[in-house]
Amino acid sequence: MAEVVIVGAGPAGIRAAGVIAAQGLRPILVDEGRQPGGQGYRRPSPGLSLDMDALMGTEAGKYKALHADFAALLPQIDYRSRTLIWGIEDRRLYCVRDGRQMTIAFDALVVATGAMDRIAPLPGWTLPGVFTLGGAQAVLKDQGCLVGRRVAFLGASPLLSLAALQYRKLGAEVVAVCDTSPFRDKIAALPQLAAVPRTLARGLAYLAALKRARVPLFDGVTPMAIEGEAGVTTLRFGDGQGRERRIACDAVALGYGLKPETQLAELAGARFAFDARFRLWLPVTDEDGRAGEGLYLAGDGAAIGGADAAEASGALAALAVLHDLGLRPVIDERPVLRRRLARLRRFQRGLARAFRWPVPALSRLPDEVAVCRCEHVTAGEIRRAMDEDLGPVDVNRVKAITRCGMGRCQGRVCGPALQEIAAAHAGLPVEAVGRLRGQAPVKPVPLGILEEEEA
Amino acid sequence: MAVGGDGASPAGGGRFVRAVPREAERVRFTIDGKAAEAQAGDSLLTAILVQRPVLRRHEFDGGERAGFCLMGACQDCWVWSETGERLRACTTPVAAGMAIVTAPPAERFAHG
Repeated sequence: MAEVVIVGAGPAGIRAAGVIAAQGLRPILVDEGRQPGGQGYRRPSPGLSLDMDALMGTEAGKYKALHADFAALLPQIDYRSRTLIWGIEDRRLYCVRDGRQMTIAFDALVVATGAMDRIAPLPGWTLPGVFTLGGAQAVLKDQGCLVGRRVAFLGASPLLSLAALQYRKLGAEVVAVCDTSPFRDKIAALPQLAAVPRTLARGLAYLAALKRARVPLFDGVTPMAIEGEAGVTTLRFGDGQGRERRIACDAVALGYGLKPETQLAELAGARFAFDARFRLWLPVTDEDGRAGEGLYLAGDGAAIGGADAAEASGALAALAVLHDLGLRPVIDERPVLRRRLARLRRFQRGLARAFRWPVPALSRLPDEVAVCRCEHVTAGEIRRAMDEDLGPVDVNRVKAITRCGMGRCQGRVCGPALQEIAAAHAGLPVEAVGRLRGQAPVKPVPLGILEEEEA
Repeated sequence: MAVGGDGASPAGGGRFVRAVPREAERVRFTIDGKAAEAQAGDSLLTAILVQRPVLRRHEFDGGERAGFCLMGACQDCWVWSETGERLRACTTPVAAGMAIVTAPPAERFAHG
C-alpha cells in the first residue's frame, strides 16, 4: 500500500489526513507541535480555564469542528506529534523526536507547514518585549498569557485588530493599534475583498469594536523606533498627519502579514516563482497543489489564504494524491473545492493590497539597525558588503559575506527585509536579487544528530 | 482594564501576565541557581517570563532577549540546562527539577 505522509497538523494537514483515511489508507501525520491545530487553531495547554468560544468569536464553530474531526480521525491515522523534520532526501524524511533521530519513507508527500509573521525591522525591534503578532496570539491561546500589560500593535495586517481585541478581552491595556498602510489602499482593495463578504464584514466589525472601546487607532503610520533600556518602554511613530507620537507601552506585537514556511517544500523539490502582489517567492503548484512528482502543497505553506483556504486546499491536495495513485476517491468534490479556494485566495490578494509590505521604509532602514537577529548583522553592514563586492548582486552572496540569513532561523525572520534592502541598495527590482535558498537542517537539531553541527 | 506596570520594570518583575488561571500541579525548578516555581503545562518561556522581564542573554551581541516569534521558528529563545543541553524555551514544557541557565555556555566558561 502506498505510504502517504502529511506534514503539519493544522487545518490543511488535518483535512488532508481525513480525505486519505476516508479512502481506507492510513496516512502518517507528522507535526512539530505538541497538540494538533497549527497556529490559528491552537488549543490551550492542559488545565487552562480559557474560554476559547469567546476568544475565537465567529470562528469558534470551525475551530471546534476541526478539533472534533481530528479526535474522530485519530484511530485511523498514524499521528506523530513533537516530531521535527529537518531534512528530506530520496523520498525519505529525516526527523528528530525527543532527541532521537528517525526517518520516514513516503510515496506521496503533502506539505502543509503553515506560515509565520513577515517582519519589517525598525530601530529597537530586538528589545525584550517586542514579539511577532502571531506569537502574541499563540502565547495567549496556548499559555493563557499576555505578552505585556500595556501592549501596542504595529504593522500592516487585518490580524492587528483581531489580536488587539483578543488582548483587550483578556485584560491587557491596548495602548495603540498602528497600521502602516494608508486608508486609501483599503478602499482600492475593496473590489477584491468583496470576494468574501463574510470575512470583510468580520474585519470591519473588529475595527468598529476597537473604536467603540476607544482604543487609539492609527492608519498610514511611519514607524520610527521602539525605545527602552532593559525592555520596551515607548513606541515612537509618525501618524498619518505627519505628527510624531510617543506611546508608552511594555510590549509591541509586530506583523506585516504572513509568509509561508517553505523550507521543507524546497528540500522536497518545489520550484519557486516571485509573486509581485505579495512580494514573496512562492512555491509553484497546479490548482490542486501538485508541486512535483509525489509532492503536494497545501494551506498557508503553499499560498497565504487563511484557515478556510487551508481546509479546502488540504482536502484538494489529498484528492490529487488519491487520483495520482490511481484510486477513485469516495467523495470527489474537487470542482467545488477549486472554486472555493480560488475565491479565498483572491480575497488574500486583496488583503495584500490593503495591508502593504512597507517597501520604502525598508529601503531607508537606518544603517545601525540589526536586520538579522541571529547573527546581529546590521543594514549598514549589508550595504557596505555590497559596495565592496563586485560580483553579481544576489541575496545568497550577501548572506555568504555578511552572515545575514545564515543564522539558526535560516533567514525566516530577516529574509524578506534582506531582499528589500539589497534590492534598494543595488537599484534593482526585488525579484532580480534572488531568494535565500534553504538547506538542511531547516531547524537546529540536537548536538550529535549531525556530526558537522556547529563545526 | 489596565493591570499596571511601566515597561522597564514590569510590576511583580515578570514580563508575561497570566490572563486566566490554570488548574495544574506546581512545578519546582531553578533559574540560574535560584529556586523558582511554575505550573505544569507552562512552557519554559512562560515559566521564566512570568517572573522575569528578560529570558536570556544573546550569544553574539550580548543583548538581552525575551524570545520573539513564540512559535518555534526564530530560535531566539534558547536557554540551557546545567549540563549544557540547549532548550528552545517556547516549545519546551517546564518539568520538575529542571536547572535552567540563561547565559550561553561559552560565556559561563569565559567568566569561570
